[in-house]
Amino acid sequence: MEWFLPFTSLILVVVAPFIGGILSGIDRKLTARIQNRIGPPIIQPFYDLIKLWGKESFIASNFQVLLAFSYMAFSVVAFSLLVLAQDLLLIVFVVSLADVCLVVGSFSGRSPYSYIGGRRELLQMLSCEPILILAVVGIYMVTKSFLVSSILKLSFPLIAALPAVFLALLIILPIEARKSPFDISASHHAHQEIVRGVFTEFSGPSLALIEFGHWFKLVFFLSLLTLFWAPNLWLGAVLAFIFYFIVMIIDNIFPRLTWKFMLKVVWIVGFILTISNIVAVALLGGG
Amino acid sequence: MGVMAKARFKSPWILHFNCGSCNGCDIEVLACLTPRFDVERFGMLHMGNPKHADILLVTGPANRRNARVLKTLYEQTPNPKVVVAVGTCACSGGMFHNCPNVLGGVDKVIPVDVYVPGCAARPEAIIDGVVLALQKLAEKKVEG
Repeated sequence: MEWFLPFTSLILVVVAPFIGGILSGIDRKLTARIQNRIGPPIIQPFYDLIKLWGKESFIASNFQVLLAFSYMAFSVVAFSLLVLAQDLLLIVFVVSLADVCLVVGSFSGRSPYSYIGGRRELLQMLSCEPILILAVVGIYMVTKSFLVSSILKLSFPLIAALPAVFLALLIILPIEARKSPFDISASHHAHQEIVRGVFTEFSGPSLALIEFGHWFKLVFFLSLLTLFWAPNLWLGAVLAFIFYFIVMIIDNIFPRLTWKFMLKVVWIVGFILTISNIVAVALLGGG
Repeated sequence: MGVMAKARFKSPWILHFNCGSCNGCDIEVLACLTPRFDVERFGMLHMGNPKHADILLVTGPANRRNARVLKTLYEQTPNPKVVVAVGTCACSGGMFHNCPNVLGGVDKVIPVDVYVPGCAARPEAIIDGVVLALQKLAEKKVEG
């Protein structure tokens, strides 16, 4: 078991961007089919990425490029730490660091759209980071360790002990995947509302880096959901994909809501779910 | 065709700018996005941001008021880029050609690659013009 972990991790890290790209391709195809259109080919996101990489670079400062690169790098590091079964607390902090890089990058231009997108991105972080931390605390209560490897060593799936925490993570899945009704910072579907939000000031290669990092982040979050079903990781992965497809459909049938609504829903429902689950685990003596 | 040229051909992001058109051409441009024509099947996306765009789609005649805006949008679009003038007004000034505030076609302000005539240009003609522009775009090199 021990000796092949680095190899499987390496394969997973190499395959992850392809899974992320195909998932966003399926998303665009599915959206088109729901709207009775034919839609782009499944591999469309890869064409977009290659094209963006070949575009001329318009940047506000060199620091902005560094931040776009950091967003990508930290997303890759977070996913790598997860597949190497490392510390969950560290992983959550690395993910938020990636988001911070994106926000600071969006503030480097003078565009008001970029600014408002950056502020909304901060609000998105404000709503989902506490839930993530509480989820990690819940996992600690059950496994008595922050290490991902201790989840894999459990004799029962984590979902049996933390069903409400899993539900709370499902609520923040649309935020992490930048989907309606919580897609307030990037406004993916209504392009002209705040132009392109946080991405407005990024163009060409920097935008390609951010898109690449986003695929990693998406796969990272789906793997986090998968962990709850360990030792049945295959079942978990299939379920995570099914949940993501449900998010795609919700994305198509729901309008985008305001940040106040997002904060209220995620905090009230998320906190009630996670804290009640943690209290239950504490009372019942940790699994 | 190299990988980059193919990717450019397959993923054109369009910035639509209304330069004072009567909205006839604009409605036809929007009609291209509907299920009947569905330009997204060619990978085309309607962008609101010149920094993300590859194709600048201009409708309406260039006039003294918005020539500066048009020029700025052209400069904000990163290379490689192409400009498509949609409708008779954008091609030559059309019925507004001798108005005191109208400069004429869009090519009086920025270089135009493809002209799509018609009043209003039909969606089929617009898609045809954009595909023609794509062939130019795929072969272009990144400058500066």
